[in-house]
Amino acid sequence: MKSPRTVAIAGLAAVAMVGALAACSSGGSDSGKTELRVATFPPGADAAAYEAFEEQEAQFEEANPDIDVIGVEYEWEGPTFAVQLAGGSLPDVFTVPFTDSKTLLENGQLMDVTDEVKELGYADKFNPVILEGVTDSDGRIFGFPRQAYAMGLHYNRTLFEQAGLDPDNPPATWDEVREAAKTISEQTGKAGFMEMTQSNTGGWQLTAATVARGGSIQEDHGDGTYTSTIANDATKAALEFLQALRWEDNSLGSNFLLDWGTINQEFAAGNIGMYSSGSDVYTALVRDFSLNPDDYGLTVVPVENGGGTLGGGDIAVVSPTVDETTKAAAVTWIDWYYMQKLLNEDAAVKDAETLAASDQAVGTPLLPVLNRETYEESLTWIEPYINVPRDQMTPFIDGVWDQTPVGEPKGKTQEIYALLDVVVQAVLTDQNADIDALLAQADADAQALLDE
Amino acid sequence: MTLTAKPPAAAPPGDERGHAVASVSPRRPRNLRSWVRGGGLSTLAFLAPMLLVFTIFSWSPIVQSVIMSLQKTNLLDPPTWVGLDNFVHVLNDPLLGTAVMNTLSFALLALVFGFPLPILVAVLMSEVRRAKGFYSALAYLPVVVPPVVAVLLWKVFYDASPTGLFNTILGWVGIPPQPWLQSSATAMPSLVLEATWAGAGGAIIIYLAALLSVPPELYDAAEVDGASIWNKIWHVTLPQMRGILFIMLILQVIATAQVFLEPFLFTGGGPNNATVTILLLIYRSAFQNSLGGDYGEATALSVMLAIVLALLSWLYFKLTERWSTS
Repeated sequence: MKSPRTVAIAGLAAVAMVGALAACSSGGSDSGKTELRVATFPPGADAAAYEAFEEQEAQFEEANPDIDVIGVEYEWEGPTFAVQLAGGSLPDVFTVPFTDSKTLLENGQLMDVTDEVKELGYADKFNPVILEGVTDSDGRIFGFPRQAYAMGLHYNRTLFEQAGLDPDNPPATWDEVREAAKTISEQTGKAGFMEMTQSNTGGWQLTAATVARGGSIQEDHGDGTYTSTIANDATKAALEFLQALRWEDNSLGSNFLLDWGTINQEFAAGNIGMYSSGSDVYTALVRDFSLNPDDYGLTVVPVENGGGTLGGGDIAVVSPTVDETTKAAAVTWIDWYYMQKLLNEDAAVKDAETLAASDQAVGTPLLPVLNRETYEESLTWIEPYINVPRDQMTPFIDGVWDQTPVGEPKGKTQEIYALLDVVVQAVLTDQNADIDALLAQADADAQALLDE
Repeated sequence: MTLTAKPPAAAPPGDERGHAVASVSPRRPRNLRSWVRGGGLSTLAFLAPMLLVFTIFSWSPIVQSVIMSLQKTNLLDPPTWVGLDNFVHVLNDPLLGTAVMNTLSFALLALVFGFPLPILVAVLMSEVRRAKGFYSALAYLPVVVPPVVAVLLWKVFYDASPTGLFNTILGWVGIPPQPWLQSSATAMPSLVLEATWAGAGGAIIIYLAALLSVPPELYDAAEVDGASIWNKIWHVTLPQMRGILFIMLILQVIATAQVFLEPFLFTGGGPNNATVTILLLIYRSAFQNSLGGDYGEATALSVMLAIVLALLSWLYFKLTERWSTS
C-alpha cells in the first residue's frame, strides 16, 4: 500500500513536468506595444552592423512608439528557409529571392499586401518586370521588391597587380577572363577563377553563364508550362570554358565544392582572382567576411551572342500568420526600412548617414527596383556618405546599363539549379566528363521535374 | 497464500462451477477500487512524466512519420492522402540506387577499417601498465570534439592544394597532392577516415570496460598452459568479448546506414553525387527545395530505411543467437 504522501509527491512531479512543458509555449508582450520580429542580417555579421541596426531601430520606434521592433538574425538559404517555413519560426518580416516569391504566394505562404502597396502609392512605381514576380493571376500583390542585382565579375585587384595585370582594365570577354585566370594562377599560385558548385549555386551560376552567352535553360510558355532547354550551345560553351580552365590551364584552384558563403570566404581571404556572383555581394564581403576593400574590383560579366546579364534580387514580405495589427506594423516597417530610402531624400540621407556612421557599406551597385532615374537620383542624395570604393567598380557601373537584364527561370528554379550543381561538379572533378551526355541527362531530369 | 483456501462468499447465480473457477484463478479480475487501493494511482503518477515525455518526443513523431509517408504535405497547407504514391516515387528516384550504393560503400569501408581498429587499440591499451588513464583520455578526445568542429578541422586537413596539411605531409615522402574530397574516387574513403577517427574513442572505452570484465584467472590458466599473447587474445579475450562485439557490430551497421553528418558537411553529396547517402537523400527531399520540400517522400524513405534496419537487426540476432550467447 502506497502512502498518501508518496502519491502526493508523484502527483506533484507529474504536474511540474506538464507545467514545464506548457511553459515552453508561453509568450506575449507585456509592454502593450505591437511586437514585430524583423529579419536583420545573417549570423556572423560584425558588431558595427548590430550598432547600425540598433540606431535604425531606435529611429523607427521613435517615429512609431506603438511598435516594438525585434531584430532576428536571418539569412535566406534553401535548406534553412524550408525548415523555418515549416517550423513557423520565420520572422514577421523577412526577405525572399525573386526565384521563390511566385511559388510562395501561390502556396499561400505570403501575406496579401495589395491594399497597403496601393495606399502607399507604389503600385505604379515599381519596375513592372520585377513587380510581376510578386503578383498573382488576380493582380494581387504579395510583397515589396526592395533590391535587385545584376551578375557581376568580382576580381581581386591586388592579385591582378601581383600577376602583372592592370586592375583598372579587367577582362571584357570570356577569352580574356581565361587568359587572366591563367596568368594569375601561374604568377601568384592562387586560383585565377573559381566557380560555385554546391547548394544550388552551381546551377545558378551555370544559368548566368548560359544567359551571358545568349542561351537559356528553360522556355516559359506563359501558361504555367515550361520546356527544359538545358542541352543548348550556350550552356555547353559555358561548361567547356570551365573544363578548359580546370584541365588545360589548371587555373581553377583546388576546391570544387564551393557555395555562396564559402566562395565569398575564399575571395575575402585573397585566394581567388575572379568569380561571378551578384553585384550586391560587396556588402556581405566586407561585413560578414572581412574583405579588405582595397582588394576589391567589379566589372560586368562578359556577354556574347546577344546574351544578357542574369538578374535577381529579393522581396520584403510579411508572414501570412500574423494578425492585422502586426501586419500593419510590418508594412510600416517595410516602408520605413526598405522603401523610403529609395524614394525619399530625407529618408535616404538618414539611412546612409546611419550606415556610414557604423562603417556599413553605402553605395553598393544595384539594379533599380523602381526606375533608373529614381535610382540614380537617390545616389546623388547619398553621395557624401558613399563609402564603397565605387571607383574600383567603375567598369561595372558604366557597363551594366549596356547589358540586357534577364530574369531567372521560373519553373522549379531551385530544383533545376540543384540538378545542374552535379553537372558543374562532374566537369570540374572528372577529366573525362562528357558534357553532351551530362546535359542530355540533366535536360531529361529537368523536364521530368517540370512535368510533375 | 493458497489458491484454493476459501470458497467465495457467493457463487455467481446459474453457474454451479463458477465458484471453483474463481477460486483457482491466479489473476482475479480486479476492479478499479482495488487497483487504487493497491497503489495503482501512485504507480501511474510516477510513470506519467516518463510516459508523457516518450509519447510527445519519441512515439508520437514515429507515428506521425508513418502517417506523413502516406500524405502529400508542405506542413503548412492541409495534407492530402496519396496512399503509397510517395513510396513509388521514392523507389523510382534515379538517385536512390546511387545513394544505396554509396551508403553500402560507407558502411563496408567503416566495417573493414573502423570496426577492428578500436578493438585492437583497446586490447593494446589493456596491456599497458602505466598511464592507462592518460591513454584512455587521448583515445576518447576526438569524441569530445563537437562533430561539426571536427569536420571543419578535417576540411582544413583535406585541403586539396599542395599546401593542405595532409598533402604537405605526403609531400615530405614524395607523394603528389591528393584531391581528398574533390574527387569521386577519394571522397568517400576520406569521409570514412574522419568518421573512424571521430567514433573510435567511444568504442575503445566500451571495449576497455568489457576487457576488464574478463576473469583474470582465465589468463592465468592460459599462461600456465604456455599461451603466447596472441593465443591469449584469440582464445580468451575475444571469446569473452563476443557478446559486446556482436552488439557493437549491429550498432555500427545501424549507425553507418544512417550516415549524414559527414557527407552533408564535407561534400554536400558531391562531387558528382559520389557521397550522396540515403539520409542525405531524405534530407534533400525534405529541405533542398526552399519552398517546403516534399516531406511525404522524405518520410516514406525514412520509413523504408527504418523497416530495412529493423529487419536487418532481427535477422542478425536470429542468425547469431546461438553463437553470441554460448
